[in-house]
Amino acid sequence: MKKFLALVLASIMCLSLAACAAKTDGDGDKEEAKGSVYYLNFKPESDQAWQDLAKTYTEKTGVPVKVLTAASGEYNNTLIAEMDKKDAPTMFQVGNQGALKTWGDFCYDLSDTDFYKEMTTDDFNLKGENGEVLAAGYCYEAFGIIVNKALLAKAGYDLSDIKDFDSLKKVADDIHARAAELGFDAFSSAGLDSSSSWRFSGHLANMPLYYAFRDDNVTAQPAEIKGTYLENYKNIWDLYITDSATTGADLVAATGDMSTAEFKEGKACFYQNGTWEYAGLIEAGLKAEDLAMIPIYCGVDGEEKAGLCCGTENCWSVNKNASEEDIKATLDFMYWVVTSEEGTTLLAEQFGPCPFKNAKEPENVFFAQANKYIEEGNYVVTWAFNYTPAVDNWRAGVVDALAQYTAGKGEWDAVKTAFVDGWATQYAGENG
Amino acid sequence: MKKKRDYTAFNSNLIRRPIKRCVWLFLLPTFAAFCIGFLYPFAKGLFLSFCKYITTRNWQWVGIDNYIKAIKDPSFLHAFWYTALFAIVSLIFINLLAFMIAYALTQGIKGSNLFRTVFFMPNLIGGIVLGYIWSLIFDGILTKFGTSLLLETKYGFWGLIILMCWQQVGYMMIIYIAGLQSVPESLHEAAKIDGASKWQTLIHVTLPNMMPSITICTFLTLTNSFKLFDQNLALTDGRPFQMVNGQTIKTTEMLALNIVNSFNENLTNRGVGQAKAVIFFVLVAAIGLIQLRATRSKEVQQ
Repeated sequence: MKKFLALVLASIMCLSLAACAAKTDGDGDKEEAKGSVYYLNFKPESDQAWQDLAKTYTEKTGVPVKVLTAASGEYNNTLIAEMDKKDAPTMFQVGNQGALKTWGDFCYDLSDTDFYKEMTTDDFNLKGENGEVLAAGYCYEAFGIIVNKALLAKAGYDLSDIKDFDSLKKVADDIHARAAELGFDAFSSAGLDSSSSWRFSGHLANMPLYYAFRDDNVTAQPAEIKGTYLENYKNIWDLYITDSATTGADLVAATGDMSTAEFKEGKACFYQNGTWEYAGLIEAGLKAEDLAMIPIYCGVDGEEKAGLCCGTENCWSVNKNASEEDIKATLDFMYWVVTSEEGTTLLAEQFGPCPFKNAKEPENVFFAQANKYIEEGNYVVTWAFNYTPAVDNWRAGVVDALAQYTAGKGEWDAVKTAFVDGWATQYAGENG
Repeated sequence: MKKKRDYTAFNSNLIRRPIKRCVWLFLLPTFAAFCIGFLYPFAKGLFLSFCKYITTRNWQWVGIDNYIKAIKDPSFLHAFWYTALFAIVSLIFINLLAFMIAYALTQGIKGSNLFRTVFFMPNLIGGIVLGYIWSLIFDGILTKFGTSLLLETKYGFWGLIILMCWQQVGYMMIIYIAGLQSVPESLHEAAKIDGASKWQTLIHVTLPNMMPSITICTFLTLTNSFKLFDQNLALTDGRPFQMVNGQTIKTTEMLALNIVNSFNENLTNRGVGQAKAVIFFVLVAAIGLIQLRATRSKEVQQ
């Protein structure tokens, strides 16, 4: 009996090995003739939409399109692993300068393609040293302070009462002081758990970076920063952690879900986040007419004319090392996505406004607001944090210092050190 | 009655010989799996530790540069000493506790089996889950005092010790119970007749006869501590940090986590992470072998 079992087990193993081998053969067959597309998508929430779109395209043209979606937060690791394979992705994302440094050698110059000619702006594209278009920003996003106007009215204020940092602080301080009576507080919790901390080490930190870079006309990744506007960063951070129901050491492990829930349940009037939150807020029962997004004010001169922070980390690149047919198939697919009915619908639904001639208007009110600020002549706060060297590392350092400061265990100087010295260290590490 | 020889029986030579001849066929799947899953990655990893690379196909030979960088990296050195300290402290605590519980549970008290099961159970929970649950427990207590697990190194250290004790004591206890039960009753009786106290019996009779269990338990706890990764990641992820001369030191980061971090954080420096991993392998292998030899020599032949 034992011998028989051993035989069965051995044959199962042989079979499974054979099965693996057979599978690779199958993959090889597909690659004939016209070339194929392999898209590595990095937004798990839009995976299904891409899979459906890929199917539609294949039905229409016969060109096989494979879409693989990396698990949340695993995009970089997945990209490295996939790029190592023989059938590497032909189309992938390069989100910022740091990524361009790593993956620039893999990027095909898009400037001569039909796809590129459909674009309406160069603002969100990432370029190489000689001006070649290496990554094309296919949509943009905006962040700021999301306001529940209904609650604001309940407290006796209106959006027009908030024009700069001082007026924001006045309103927030007043709401916080009357929190018990009103039943809600000013800001939702500024948690420093990793599910929430990126809002501050990434997005909020954009404010001091943006103003410093604007002063110095920075157009490439700087080796070091001075931290001129860190006092402003402190202003707004202090406001977040004072005028809120959750303060002090409790914030160290507070999560993003907690903060979102507070805003959704009407327990907080202000919530710093971006356009991507819109669908979730509407689903939770908030009304579109009650929602608004205002710029992040932090006490910089002339900030009454600030707009929302607009930018993107969604940039498509085409793999230069893919075969010629595959590159052509990929470019055709990209062109189709930004021109066809199906493609533009997907982009508008999943990503909001897109810089293409045939793009559709999204429903999201936050984007309407971003555009309104621009139309009124306010300046766009661009995503200066896209220059951050070794971004995860740098942010981790800032978050840790912020946590110490917030819990009352450390000084603000430590945040400065993490911010300024940390930048220089990470830059040296990445370029040394 | 004389037993008739059955030439068609399964264990007869007639059947066995052809099977024996096919020994390589039976070994092949496991051997192939071993090559694919261990030998090849190990060899390639060793090779890549001498290279600069982003994807493993496009490498560039840089010699021992990576090793020099790895040894000079202050975060790596910090992680090494921190891990060593952790290993020693957890070795002592886990083994003492496990032995004490095992001893108590072999004294014939009521419900021993229930206790054994309960103590063993934490071992069945995965490290990541444990880490997050314990971080909730610790933070729940510490926030009452206006602090958090992530704010002070000492909390992170002792938190991890408590977690590891909770998880591993049950497993080591099972091994110690087996060891305690294997000591022949006659030795205990002889000691009793000679007038030895309970304590003397334990030290001079029971313990020397349990050396195999002690060997295996110290070996397991020591290497477990050195290789610890998921609990470390989930509990503190290296926080709090410290800025020393512009370098960020993650004060509760252990070796394995440090290697993974340096591998992922800076894509242009993956070779250094690889070099660290090779050093780590040599270290763990060496410690394991030395330790095994040291305790083996104390074993008593029954």
